[in-house]
Amino acid sequence: MVDVRLRAVGKRFGDTVVLDGVDAHFDDGAFVVLVGSSGCGKSTLLRCIAGLEEVTAGTIEFGGHDVTHAAPRDRDVAMVFQSYALYPHMTVRDNLAFGLALRKTPREVVDARVQEVARMLSIEHLLDRHPRALSGGQRQRVAMGRAIVRRPAVFMFDEPLSNLDPGLRNQVRVEIRRLHDELGATSIYVTHDQVEAMTLADRLVVLDRGRVQQIGAPLEVYRRPANRFVAGFLGSPAMNFLRGHIARDGDALAVALGEGVQVPLAGAQVAALAPGREVELGIRPQDVVRDDDGPLALQVELVETLGSHVHVHGRIGAASFVAAFEGHQGPARGEVLRLRVTLPHVFDPASGVALR
Amino acid sequence: MNPMRRRRAIESALVHVALVIGVAFALYPVAWVAALAFSGTPAPEPQVMPWPQQPTTAHFEEVVGATATIGDDSVWLFGRQLANSLVVALATATVGVLIAIPAAYALARFDFLGKRSGVGVLLATQMFPAVASAIPLYLVLEALGLLNTRTGLVLCYASTAVPFAIFQLRAAFEAIPVDLEEAAMVDGATRVGAFVRVVLPIARPAIAVTALFAFMSAYNEFILAATLLDDSRMFTLPVMLQHYVGEYDAKWEAFAAGALVVSLPVMALFYVAQRHLVAGLASGGVKG
Repeated sequence: MVDVRLRAVGKRFGDTVVLDGVDAHFDDGAFVVLVGSSGCGKSTLLRCIAGLEEVTAGTIEFGGHDVTHAAPRDRDVAMVFQSYALYPHMTVRDNLAFGLALRKTPREVVDARVQEVARMLSIEHLLDRHPRALSGGQRQRVAMGRAIVRRPAVFMFDEPLSNLDPGLRNQVRVEIRRLHDELGATSIYVTHDQVEAMTLADRLVVLDRGRVQQIGAPLEVYRRPANRFVAGFLGSPAMNFLRGHIARDGDALAVALGEGVQVPLAGAQVAALAPGREVELGIRPQDVVRDDDGPLALQVELVETLGSHVHVHGRIGAASFVAAFEGHQGPARGEVLRLRVTLPHVFDPASGVALR
Repeated sequence: MNPMRRRRAIESALVHVALVIGVAFALYPVAWVAALAFSGTPAPEPQVMPWPQQPTTAHFEEVVGATATIGDDSVWLFGRQLANSLVVALATATVGVLIAIPAAYALARFDFLGKRSGVGVLLATQMFPAVASAIPLYLVLEALGLLNTRTGLVLCYASTAVPFAIFQLRAAFEAIPVDLEEAAMVDGATRVGAFVRVVLPIARPAIAVTALFAFMSAYNEFILAATLLDDSRMFTLPVMLQHYVGEYDAKWEAFAAGALVVSLPVMALFYVAQRHLVAGLASGGVKG
């Protein structure tokens, strides 16, 4: 059981910078999710932590020990690959036992542990099969079993659910979190799926173009995104952005969007905002309510009914805008909805940094 | 019979007719050799149906029973030549594959200086006909004192087998997902350990095919062997065969019998190796 510390970790392939000064600390036993769009460097970061890629800058520490240049086998990590990477020429039993056998674990101990893990994952009946005779879901379980059986200090998951059907994916996601809580080791999990990111993580690390954009508890990152990228990346449908400038609204401040439309800001947000400053107003689709006195007028163009929610696509002025409401009763196309904003976010239009 | 089934039946019949013609075309010369081998002397006049005239096994006895007298000893010549052929072919396959495996793996997995030009040179060596190198090889072996030796022949054969083996094995290694090796390394293996425990077993069918190919080309090779060997005790079987068809005298029946005997080991080998020739062992480890 170890904590993981990254100090200014950098990785470049030739002239291409993939990771740029990544600093992070993951507590012992935490479930850490690295999330970002494809090409953001999250898989490379995971591979650097596992020792499969050599970092070109910075250091990596496990439990206070520098493992920056240690081989993967000397780091006491286990990894579940996106492809599962089961050894095709071995039975499930030998796949599970492989790591233990390499470490010269006594035969009885290996057998006992394999049995224990097989029971945990309900794959006892598959032990004598070869991977090619397994379904996708079964292969995924074997891949997890191969990681668990070694009792490593750190678990690594590289998009382990992306090859599963949606239904199975939800089921295994819950199971992964349950196993993590049961085993108590530090887990580092890479995904581009924000549902996985939000539901699994104790700590969320949002990456973009090789840089850490924000680290925090999922809800904190969701509710207080550090910049425009994080705000736009997390949440579905994505946050709406409207250009405007800061204006006075009696004692408080507001964002003026033109044509007399003003969205009032809550008191806590005022500090860094001088009237007249250009800003970008961010509004999550879920953070609006219908209110006949609300400042925003949404011209409805398309309504998507999801059963539990409706997504209303339309325009506010010239800008496109999406609002999400609970229930299944949507407005009609062409209708104009008046909306009030419950949680506005304000960003600097040039740097994208959140202004609070 | 409904039209659909009738069409299928006709199609199937046509396919089979085509296959039978193809097989007959391929086997006709072999049947001729067999007919000749079992015919009595003098050789029958050529006829359309390959069938032995005055059937006999005398030519097989002549070829297999061939002896030579060296000093006071009588040597079973055919036995020695068969052993020469098998030893040379086996050594060629072993040496060729052992050299090709690490080279192919390096080409498949690593980037290094000179990789492209190295591959280019390997490819270029494949473009020269083997005969072109016969004289230089003769001179080299002469200088090394390896003329008329099995070792010399193996060196020559291996050097021609290696480039092809490298290309074949490189493709096989490239087809094995890197994930598998990485999984092994995370599981506790060194790179060499991952190679030995994971990559090699998965590549076994490809390695078997490569070795078989090297074995066969060495076993069947004639021109180099005829150039580099002039002691009948060192002959490989193809050179032995050629001696039945001399400048002044052609024992075609013995030649045909020899040809059949010589192809037996290769046929046996193919029969045994069939299992390995079936690919597909690698499927299933990685979601595909």
